[in-house]
Amino acid sequence: MNFGMHIFYFVVFPGFIFTFIMGLLFNWIDRKLSARVQWRVGPPFFQPLWDFLKLLAKDTYVPEDAPKFIYLISPLLALSGVVIFTTLLGVSNMFPLEGFLGDLIVALYFLSFFPVWLIIAGSSSSNPLSGVGVSREMALYFAYELPFLLGIFTVILKSGGELRIGNLLLYQWKNGSFLYSWSGFLAFVVVLFSMQAKLGLVPFDIGEAEQEIMTGSYAEFSGPVLGVWRLAKFSLFYGVVLFIVMLFWSGIRYPWDVFKVLGILVVMVLLRQTNPRLRIDQALKFFWIWMLILGIIALLLAVRGY
Amino acid sequence: MDRIKQNAFTKSLWVYHLACSPCNNCDIEILDALTPRFDVERFGIQLVGSPRHADVLLVTGMVNKKVLDRLIRTYAETPKPCLVVAVGSCAISGNMFADSYNFAGPLDKHIPVDVYIEGCPPKPEAIILGIVKGIKKIRGEE
Repeated sequence: MNFGMHIFYFVVFPGFIFTFIMGLLFNWIDRKLSARVQWRVGPPFFQPLWDFLKLLAKDTYVPEDAPKFIYLISPLLALSGVVIFTTLLGVSNMFPLEGFLGDLIVALYFLSFFPVWLIIAGSSSSNPLSGVGVSREMALYFAYELPFLLGIFTVILKSGGELRIGNLLLYQWKNGSFLYSWSGFLAFVVVLFSMQAKLGLVPFDIGEAEQEIMTGSYAEFSGPVLGVWRLAKFSLFYGVVLFIVMLFWSGIRYPWDVFKVLGILVVMVLLRQTNPRLRIDQALKFFWIWMLILGIIALLLAVRGY
Repeated sequence: MDRIKQNAFTKSLWVYHLACSPCNNCDIEILDALTPRFDVERFGIQLVGSPRHADVLLVTGMVNKKVLDRLIRTYAETPKPCLVVAVGSCAISGNMFADSYNFAGPLDKHIPVDVYIEGCPPKPEAIILGIVKGIKKIRGEE
């Protein structure tokens, strides 16, 4: 692979522009499906694009006490982390043989960019409600990360210690998806709930509750900066769904595998629409007791070869 | 370019609901506009949780002396361009509270108001009609 192709991967196809389009598309599907669940009609197809364009044209106010540089750069860094994550996944899916050793760990690292920058941005915006949101976000982050890593570890163990995303895919193409085994299914459930929490979708949107704390960490952001934050969040939605499909459901190999991605998306949206928001202590209990037990069971089953 | 800006603004109005000591009737009617029967999300209208995200300030109730400071601050916090919509007779004129000791005057005495929606309370249809008139005003249509 030469330099020009790298630029193409990062900027156009699995990278920025493709992620941008997929993010807006996922946002539309999410909102439309939510509306249909609530017996409404829902927004038109180009609604996410109009929202984004409108935010670009609005003023941006920076709070007086906020460190200006960190405040303005945080959404860009979050977005860049998400774009690198989706690029890594997309390229591994297209060319499973061309990954490097440990690219799964690099992907996990870039996956944690978004929540970490959200925490930094929220605490830099000098708003008490953002502060509450940040503290909840942090507690939630510590809650879901351990079961999530147990789920990932189960997958690695089942494939015989593979740390390349490409090799995980090749293993699944040869021996069948991990989702169809007991340990794989349990790990899938754990990772699905953890990702629901990472995206801040409803049972776990404690850190960005609109009614209680004015969307928490996002409360002070306005105009283009808010637009980039929302874009990063939607793109992360796409990246996370793709990640789950690649880890557990043998990725995208044939054209009809697109329905796998849509299926995971629908499950996440329905989870979101049919559950009320938890309190932070309930969420901690959920992840540290139930999901941890489920993750350990999955790990033990994987060791025994189920 | 201006046309795209205008289109984008009018197609995705995010509403921050600012309750300036209302009696809650107008607020209930506003919520009705979000329910499945009227579903204003068809036109991209959404309630948001923070005035920083808002394009429309929906002010209900009669502005009293205690809430006046918050009203002016919230207006200053809202990124421009933004629309201000006065919902209900109280916000427009004070209605039956016009002689009250803590009435701080009609809303448009303190902040510029773009759309007035009359009624006590206005029907959801009237609120939607008012928003449509506001959109037409921005686009320069009759």
